[in-house]
Amino acid sequence: MTEVSMTVNGKSVKADVPDNTLLVEFIRENLRLTGTHVGCDTSQCGACVVHMNGKAVKSCATLAVAASGADVTTIEGLANGEMHPMQTAFKENHGLQCGFCTPGMIMTATDMVARYDATGKELTEAVIREELEGNICRCTGYHNIVKAIADGASKMADT
Amino acid sequence: MNEGIGARVLRKEDKRFLIGKGRYTDDIVEQNQAYAAFVRSPHAHAIVKNIDASAAEAMDGVVAVLNGAGLTGDGIGNIICGWAVNSKDGSPMNMGAWSALATDKVRYVGDAVAIVIADDLATARLAAEAVEVDYETLPVVVQSTAALEDGAPQIHENAPNNLIFDWEIGEEAATDAALASAAYTTEMDIVNNRLSPNAMEPRAAIATFNEADDHYTLYTTSQNPHVARLVLSAFYNVAPEHKLRVIAPDVGGGFGSKIYIYPEEIACLWASMKTNRSVKWTSDRTEAFLTDAHGRDHITHAKIGFDKNHKIVGLKVDTKANLGAYMSLFSSAVPTYLYATLLSGQYNIANIHCNVKAVYTNTVPVDAYRGAGRPEASFVMERMMETAAREMGVNPAELRRKNFIQEFPHQTPVIMAYDSGDFAANQDQAIKAADYAGFEARRAEAASRGKLRGIGFSNYIEACGIAPSAAVGSLGAGVGLWESAEVRVNPVGTIEVLTGSHSHGQGHETTFAQIVAERFGLPTENIQIVHGDTDKVQFGMGTYGSRSGAVGMSAIVKAMDKVEAKVKKIGAHVLEASEDDIIIEDGAVKVKGTDKQMLWHEVGLAAYTAHNIPEGMEPGLKETSFYDPSNFTFPAGCYICEVEVDPETGTTEIVQFVASDDFGTIINPMIVEGQVHGGIAQGIGQALLEGVVYDDSGQLLSASYMDYTMPRADDLPSYSVHHQSTECPGNPLGMKGCGEAGAIGSPPAVINAITDAIGNNDLSMPATPAKVWAAIQTAGAKQAAE
Repeated sequence: MTEVSMTVNGKSVKADVPDNTLLVEFIRENLRLTGTHVGCDTSQCGACVVHMNGKAVKSCATLAVAASGADVTTIEGLANGEMHPMQTAFKENHGLQCGFCTPGMIMTATDMVARYDATGKELTEAVIREELEGNICRCTGYHNIVKAIADGASKMADT
Repeated sequence: MNEGIGARVLRKEDKRFLIGKGRYTDDIVEQNQAYAAFVRSPHAHAIVKNIDASAAEAMDGVVAVLNGAGLTGDGIGNIICGWAVNSKDGSPMNMGAWSALATDKVRYVGDAVAIVIADDLATARLAAEAVEVDYETLPVVVQSTAALEDGAPQIHENAPNNLIFDWEIGEEAATDAALASAAYTTEMDIVNNRLSPNAMEPRAAIATFNEADDHYTLYTTSQNPHVARLVLSAFYNVAPEHKLRVIAPDVGGGFGSKIYIYPEEIACLWASMKTNRSVKWTSDRTEAFLTDAHGRDHITHAKIGFDKNHKIVGLKVDTKANLGAYMSLFSSAVPTYLYATLLSGQYNIANIHCNVKAVYTNTVPVDAYRGAGRPEASFVMERMMETAAREMGVNPAELRRKNFIQEFPHQTPVIMAYDSGDFAANQDQAIKAADYAGFEARRAEAASRGKLRGIGFSNYIEACGIAPSAAVGSLGAGVGLWESAEVRVNPVGTIEVLTGSHSHGQGHETTFAQIVAERFGLPTENIQIVHGDTDKVQFGMGTYGSRSGAVGMSAIVKAMDKVEAKVKKIGAHVLEASEDDIIIEDGAVKVKGTDKQMLWHEVGLAAYTAHNIPEGMEPGLKETSFYDPSNFTFPAGCYICEVEVDPETGTTEIVQFVASDDFGTIINPMIVEGQVHGGIAQGIGQALLEGVVYDDSGQLLSASYMDYTMPRADDLPSYSVHHQSTECPGNPLGMKGCGEAGAIGSPPAVINAITDAIGNNDLSMPATPAKVWAAIQTAGAKQAAE
């Protein structure tokens, strides 16, 4: 057992966990923040994406101890009272159906927009599709997710 | 704002998913919860000689290790197929025994042998590893054609040669005669590749036995919780229905795979009773590949004949359907009544005969997956039409048009009576949207860049909302296929609609509210849709087969009819008018031509206070309907796919995908388009990327996302989706259903486009770059030889 402490969604949290505890297990089981999902065992589907120190990571491929001292944001912590512009964009563009991949998609999308914004590169449809390489959706056929991310990017630029 | 029928209302259910507050089965924690892990067979076919659980039982934190002998000893029944299909000689299908935990034999890799219950998940999994099972391995067969051969390994004692049934439909002699007289014939071998459904939420269950009340609660990832309860109770003897509550909370996609009642739910319920703990099981992804029912897996030979004017004279189809190691709940219906009955396509064909042999193999059971039989039928028909057109040297769109059914109702020779449609209108719309006229110029331009450009059509028809119950009963169905609804108007005028349909991504909380909003002139925010809980909703058949619109919403309409009748009586009484003069609009009950009215909430209050309602009327305002449709519905459409193939690598890029669908009345175009997008993506996945692979020893090689190619965003195009609707005459809203069309119509369009591009018609799904490249080489060699 190892003590891990980190900041999750702005709150300090601490727990003794077995060494092999994954960050996603810590988030879901210890903290009971169940918006972060597990859709595969091989770090392929991206349902588990959270932000760690401002960058998107797959929490199913990160040990909780590796996140010790980190600043973690999950889907529950993305909005600040009102919905985040990316969340609004997913709603307005019907970018979700069953909702299971959605938290991971949104965490990936906000990270994507931030990275492209920082470098000044254009987030075209082709780029969005390529950047979604690590996130699988079985419901939407991606059409509306791609539209939502483009719309979310411009909404984020406006705020 | 108009929120009624036809409005693009944003989804009411979205918020909880967007902020991470969805409530899926694995998110739920019960008090006193233990965790289950299954001991699964590593062999595809073996005798279970002994199970030694002593090491596992001795581990700290292990609650119990339970096996099949205990399960059957407690009277838990075998898993059954709920649709009886007879062979053509009249003999019943050969259904082999399937215990939730194997007793004598295991028949596929992943077959459950024992369940381990422990205080935590890690211990449960470690203990499952520690259970020692002594297997005596047996020869294995994984392919349907091989399983039928003499001397093949025998999987179930009561199914000689692994044959489940040898079924036929249509007139064979007449079809043979028609084909013999044909001016042109086209023959093809067609494989429909085996797929894994892959809902993103893995299956999960939490079973709780309450000793005090002798009562069970099951949270489960189900598309049809009431059917689950019925089957668990009536056939598996887990608990009587009134002592079993089944809840399907938010469910993360289904695509058919969550219709069935699997061994895991049965074992968890039983284990909860044995251990007096809540028992939770959540599948991991590899377990999902190993145990979720697969889809498709047909091997077909087909022959079509035309007269000298290119009119179809006959179609003969012979199909081997691989049903896996056991018969899953609706497995027998998929390659028969959901497949062969659609082989007339959109065409006027006088003579059709189809023979289907259903076969056991040492693979996971195969059952309905998005489209279920209809994608297989449309793939056969539309590959045949495109190929025949090429062989006869006629335009493939023209050949189809020449053979379209134009008058409705139309009785096909394979049971179905199509009620409506305008196939030419769909084709016109698709051709225009795809700029078909400009294709040759685009092909030439692509050639100048060294790319092979091709175009392919698919004119699909399907059947949704399987019904009526008496008819499907006569064909062997073990259940009725109606739907129920209850419309409750509260004293304050808000409305709850309890429906037997189940939403797992389809947006029912929005579309169902829209039809209520339309009817009573209320905002959708005043309407709540309740589903997925057997304690709340009286009964329901669930959501599959694109039935929630045509059947589920029709039940709501019927219940609203009754509500409206009572509201009018109350209105007439209170407003002192004739019932005939009462109208309901804009959230008020009005006397026509006057300014007299009651607001909607005043009617609710009047009904519940019962101070002033007509004499003899019961208080309250709540009505129920059980709606049984009179016929299937028949969505149809025309899909056009345009591809560019890189001849150096065999890589296919879909450069345009156009859909023109006839879904009848559309409640919410935004949601319907989303359904089409997702269906097309799954169809393109089947055509280009996805394929379940077993090796000869029955090991599943495609058991993770590293090995099974799921369509990703950069594999797919944006879609050009259009509607050209004719109203369905069979239900009150005129709806046909839209959930499966995309997956049904798209695979042949993709393969027809690639084969057009590369000039070689011999190409199977998934059309991987390696296969396409090889087909290009073969075509090139053939051309050089000529």
